[in-house]
Amino acid sequence: MATNTKDPNAAIGLEGGPSVAATRRAMLGEFWYYFRQNRGAVVGLVVFVLIVATAIFAPLLAPYNPSTQIRGALLIPPVWQEGGRWEFILGTDAVGRDILSRLLYGARFSLFIGLVVVTLSVTVGVVIGLIAGYFRGAVDTIIMRLMDIILAFPSLLLALVLVAVLGPGLLNAMIAIALVLQPHFVRLTRAAVMAEKSRDYVTAARVAGAGNLRLMFKTILPNCTAPLIVQATLSFSTAILDAAALGFLGMGAQPPTPEWGTMLAEAREFILRAWWVVTFPGLSILVTVLAINLMGDGLRDALDPKLKRS
Amino acid sequence: MLRFFLGRLAVLIPTFIGVSIVAFTFIRILPGDPVMLMSGERVMSPERYAELNQQLGFDRPLWVQYFDFLGGVLTGDLGNSIVTKRPVLNEFFTLFPATLELSLCAIILAVLIGVPLGIIAAVRRGSWLDQSIMGAALVGYSMPIFWWGLLLIILFSGILQWTPVSGRISLLYYFPPVTGFMLVDSLLSGQEGAFRSAVSHLVLPSIVLATIPLAVIARQTRSAMLEVLGEDYVRTARSKGLPPRRVIGLHALRNALIPVITTIGLQVGVLIAGAILTETIFSWPGIGKWMVDSVFRRDYAVVQGGLLLIAGLIMLVNLLVDVLYGLINPRIRH
Repeated sequence: MATNTKDPNAAIGLEGGPSVAATRRAMLGEFWYYFRQNRGAVVGLVVFVLIVATAIFAPLLAPYNPSTQIRGALLIPPVWQEGGRWEFILGTDAVGRDILSRLLYGARFSLFIGLVVVTLSVTVGVVIGLIAGYFRGAVDTIIMRLMDIILAFPSLLLALVLVAVLGPGLLNAMIAIALVLQPHFVRLTRAAVMAEKSRDYVTAARVAGAGNLRLMFKTILPNCTAPLIVQATLSFSTAILDAAALGFLGMGAQPPTPEWGTMLAEAREFILRAWWVVTFPGLSILVTVLAINLMGDGLRDALDPKLKRS
Repeated sequence: MLRFFLGRLAVLIPTFIGVSIVAFTFIRILPGDPVMLMSGERVMSPERYAELNQQLGFDRPLWVQYFDFLGGVLTGDLGNSIVTKRPVLNEFFTLFPATLELSLCAIILAVLIGVPLGIIAAVRRGSWLDQSIMGAALVGYSMPIFWWGLLLIILFSGILQWTPVSGRISLLYYFPPVTGFMLVDSLLSGQEGAFRSAVSHLVLPSIVLATIPLAVIARQTRSAMLEVLGEDYVRTARSKGLPPRRVIGLHALRNALIPVITTIGLQVGVLIAGAILTETIFSWPGIGKWMVDSVFRRDYAVVQGGLLLIAGLIMLVNLLVDVLYGLINPRIRH
């Protein structure tokens, strides 16, 4: 008999069933199996990991400080075009800043925005959705009407006006975007909770004496996570796009922050003279958002049992 | 059917009241003194302030102010713009046709291209054609449209010089607006070249605005078609020996289009959000640019009224889509 000293459950030999760790490993293995089927998703994951690495190591990778203005190097084209220089691979902008360095640092802002917005909207949305779906009745009606009100506005317009109220800036832009995104999490959580609440295992837990909070967060919530993870991925890319749009409109991150949308706003007046100042920041946004959406599609395939080809 | 319609309408009323409260509240929680903001004056004597305070009604209790505002909304009075001094409702209706014309062109473009692409992808599931179409759709769906617009300007207005950069028509032409739609008005004016000019101004903004709805419609059509193609009645139609064209075009497509119509209806909000960016890039004088300009000019009367009108419009279109959905799919009504 082989005893696994690392795994206490296996050593005890719990009813012959698989240990918690082994089950978890098997689930992860199954998830990876389905995720891998989708080639696009794997490509998306690789690109996303590269972007994360870029953001983390930006100070090491960037040839210049993103806000340093190099004298005598205004609007230099990329290296492969006539007049380009090897010191500025992607060229420089109108005040002589290295575009490559700004893009590398910009990855930090976009990922940070996505992370903060998703964390905020998921946390708030899930708690509100749990309350609405678990308690139903008047609480539910009031919450859902409030969400309907937020959803009645086009999200970008509401975010724009909210930022105008709060004052332009990156932090306020993130708060505004989180607020307009969270109704989706409320609706998803509520629907999932309502479906799970009448299941036998919930009744069993209640009979066993579990309180409301335990039932909500420990019994029901873990079984509602699949759609939430998919929605969170999609919201991550929406947050990056919306924050860039607000930056582009002048209401997001303020110059000279090397945020990609803000860079585009600063570059607008040069579009017909210097294509590179416009092209690269937008391309960075597109590639990042595309990578995340590719991953989102793969996650949906892997997590949605209805789509599994079993 | 009437019952279904009234039921949907009943849900909308509290939402609309909520929307009006949000629009009403914004102006009161904005940084700064609402009297100064609403009057647009920077410096004023205490007497003038008191006079304006009374004139604008800010000296009354909040709930009285709110019901006054709501009463105004219901009788079509949304106050005057601080900057232009013209009624907000008039400004909205002057600029709205421009946005409507652009949005209609965009949605027609999105449907005409998106639906066939979705059908082809579904019928040729797994082929390179399916993969390229879905790949392109995902790129479109991930597109920062404000950048996409700038790229098109660089290519078509800058390098190729095919299209103008901004506006709705060349300044060479002038004619009074009849319908508000530049394409129609330019034809009615009978001026040579006016229609061509209007079309060339409309092409790029329409493409930009159509991008995301097109991608969403293509994806939705594909998945709806795939679902329907697996149904028994499609298999029956096939086994009867009907030609594939007839099976796909008649039996499958009709049922697949039901969810697609909902998707198209839901694009209204996307179109308005897109119009904010598209109109800003192309200096298109519609309500999207109007809202952005008003936010920057701190014209809060317009922001308040515009928010309410746009939200009301979207709710109305969603209601119409719901009703239309009920009409074509009787199962939903109950």
